[in-house]
Amino acid sequence: MVNLTIDNKKIEAEAGKTILEVARENGIVIPTLCAHESLEPTGSCRLCVVEVKHGKRTRIVTSCLYEVAEGLIVDTKSERVKAARSLVLQLLLARCPQSEQLQAMAKEMGVEPEPRFTPDKDSNKCILCRMCVRTCEKIVGVSAIGFSYRGTEKNVCTPFQEDSVACIGCGACAYVCPTGHIEMETTESGDARKIWGRTFKMKTCKVCGRYFAPEDQLTYISKKTGTSADDLAVCVSCR
Amino acid sequence: MTKIKSFNELKSVQERLKAGRDPKKPCITICVGTGCLAYGTQKLVDNFREELAKRNLAGKIDFRTTGCHGFCERGPMVVIHPDKVFYQRVGLTDAGEIIDKTVLKGEIIDRLCYVDPATGQKVIHEDDVPFYKKQTRLVFGQNSKVDPKSLEDYLAIGGYTALGKALTGMKPEAIIQEVIKANLRGRGGGGFPAGWKWDSTRKAKGDPKYVICNADEGDPGAYMDRSLLEGNPHLVLEGMIIGAYAIGSSQGYIYARNEYPLAIENITLAIKQAREAGLLGENILGSGFSFDVKINRGGGAFVCGESSALFASLEGRAGEPRAKYTHATDKGLYDKPTNLNNVETWANVPFIIDKGADWYASMGTAGSKGTKIFSLVGKINNTGLVEVPMGTKLREIVFDIGGGIPGGKKFKAIQTGGPSGGCIPEKYLDMGVDFDELTKIGSMMGSGGMIVMDEDNCMVNVAKYFTNFLVSESCGKCVPCREGIRRMRDILKDITEGKGKEGDVELLEKMATAIIDGALCALGSSAPNPVLSTIRYFRDEYVAHIKEHRCPAGVCKDLITYSVSAEKCTGCTVCSKVCPTGAASGERKQVHKIDVAKCTKCGACRESCKFEAIIVR
Repeated sequence: MVNLTIDNKKIEAEAGKTILEVARENGIVIPTLCAHESLEPTGSCRLCVVEVKHGKRTRIVTSCLYEVAEGLIVDTKSERVKAARSLVLQLLLARCPQSEQLQAMAKEMGVEPEPRFTPDKDSNKCILCRMCVRTCEKIVGVSAIGFSYRGTEKNVCTPFQEDSVACIGCGACAYVCPTGHIEMETTESGDARKIWGRTFKMKTCKVCGRYFAPEDQLTYISKKTGTSADDLAVCVSCR
Repeated sequence: MTKIKSFNELKSVQERLKAGRDPKKPCITICVGTGCLAYGTQKLVDNFREELAKRNLAGKIDFRTTGCHGFCERGPMVVIHPDKVFYQRVGLTDAGEIIDKTVLKGEIIDRLCYVDPATGQKVIHEDDVPFYKKQTRLVFGQNSKVDPKSLEDYLAIGGYTALGKALTGMKPEAIIQEVIKANLRGRGGGGFPAGWKWDSTRKAKGDPKYVICNADEGDPGAYMDRSLLEGNPHLVLEGMIIGAYAIGSSQGYIYARNEYPLAIENITLAIKQAREAGLLGENILGSGFSFDVKINRGGGAFVCGESSALFASLEGRAGEPRAKYTHATDKGLYDKPTNLNNVETWANVPFIIDKGADWYASMGTAGSKGTKIFSLVGKINNTGLVEVPMGTKLREIVFDIGGGIPGGKKFKAIQTGGPSGGCIPEKYLDMGVDFDELTKIGSMMGSGGMIVMDEDNCMVNVAKYFTNFLVSESCGKCVPCREGIRRMRDILKDITEGKGKEGDVELLEKMATAIIDGALCALGSSAPNPVLSTIRYFRDEYVAHIKEHRCPAGVCKDLITYSVSAEKCTGCTVCSKVCPTGAASGERKQVHKIDVAKCTKCGACRESCKFEAIIVR
């Protein structure tokens, strides 16, 4: 265990945990866009930056990656922190002007759009937080999507923007997307789902008869876990 | 070469090679670095071989192709030993004449001699050329003595002595102490003391440990690492092997950009030769120490010079950095203890071991020891690679070695540290260049790029150029760098197009501070430097663009108009001939005119006018 201070609050925390984890356990709010409890931190959105003082040195660190340490003094709301966060949010608002989530976040943090940043027209709502890519790789385990290009051209897509044979249509990427950028459409009857340009046939629950999961996803789970296809043919509500 | 099995055996091989070379025998050396090859030097090399063969002189006169000599402005370059007669801008078919007149008869060919522009005097010998005279060519000097493709050449000048000394006479800890005492600081940018880095890697828990040579030099206009790697690969390799022994590593990597084909070719050959000679691989020089090196070719992403992005790229992933709260010395490549130094840093190591830390530390300033190679480019007479002791004044580098600004123009600024460095104004010309001084005035050492600018450079435009480079080289992982730098670029673009708004300078400063604080890696957090340093020293230029819609240097096309001075124009008609759009016109011996509607502001008229009659406002 280590003793540290976050926003003047004395806290005892488990060594090895990050500042973000410890802050959240203690009810201290740090805004994030790319952090998810099921995913390893990546430090790409830069909203979670905090100011730390360790010994004589004061610096800005990424709270989702920086581990707590004995004697650490953390300020999650210093002027430097606010300036860095507010620029990040202004930049994202200019990139994705139509994202309601970003607008709500900006309102909450008191950040106004910067009039000198001309809003983009072509980035849709993707802020490149990488949650979809990491989920597909680490949680689902299929790596159907990834990044192409670099820098300002960077975008999330299937390899060569072709229909992905690896995709199982699980939709985890769409669920985890914080801005609603990834679109998943389901037919009115629920018999098919469209995502990343591919249409997936849905399977019905053998108990209630409702469509509940893509066939490809069930096949994948069966193969990966060794569970028989028959056991997987029941939806969550009927299990 | 057969395997050399001990330090003593190495010494006798060196002696034998040295004895086989008569210092009085004529030797023609010719630079075949990438710069000189671009002049077509290969043709001259072939021409020399042919002419020597024709005269049956192949055995009587040595002929050696060497790495870059540094005076790239003046290539193709030939030096004739033992007198070191220096010929520059040699014609590709001049070999026969040089052999007949200079090598055989000792006559000097005047047209090939360098003329010092300052004195108008002809300079015959290489050592008297002002460009070389004022340098201390410790690391780079060997380039002109060896054929980079020949291990024998390197051994003949005492190469691998430091390795022999280290492996047979020194404990790893003692080597590290020597490097710490020499205060060798990383030449790749950060200036971190190499010895301490080695010490941390040695002490770190984990196996195996890796030693990496960072040859991902990517700054525009900088090529010292390329020239070392292609010009003297064994020196770099020797430094790496010594480092690996001190650190306790058995595997090394050289991460070189694929745009450096000659460097890769030469280091690949050097590795093969060193392995065959028992200087690399199993049981080096019979010491029981084993170490090998692999070459990895990078795709040329600027960000891959950053350590964590380099590791990612080496591991086969996309070159993206990660936050460095764990040091690479603990968890680097494949999460194992890793020591990364750049080409020039490694190349310094053999000198420290061979001649001792005290000797090494006698050069330089209190905080920065030894020499530094700079690539001097831009508006400078003597473009090339320059090696000087740390602490040498900028004025000496620019004016004494660099020969000043072409065309008698006025010095305005020097940009150091690559795209993420800063622009230094004239008032700091008498500052001694070292790691700490450059940082103090808002620039940095970086890997040693120096771009000279004169009165015709617009500093807002310069800031835009570097920012634009960084926009295209950002990896795109974090928001402040990916989104922030391009927004800064957009604002700079507006300013240069006369669309700047009141408050833009303050907004740029505010963004810069937030980006420095918020970016994930060193590339992002240093990216605002060109903007910040130009605002710091040339704020009035920004203000002139924004408030007066005026570009004081006459560069930004949207803010300038071309006209002809009635007093100065002689009606020579040159401007009307070079003008591609027919905007410049006039009768012979009459004052010419420029039609603003047709003018594309290309500047051709201004450049061609001998009477300075073209006015840009």
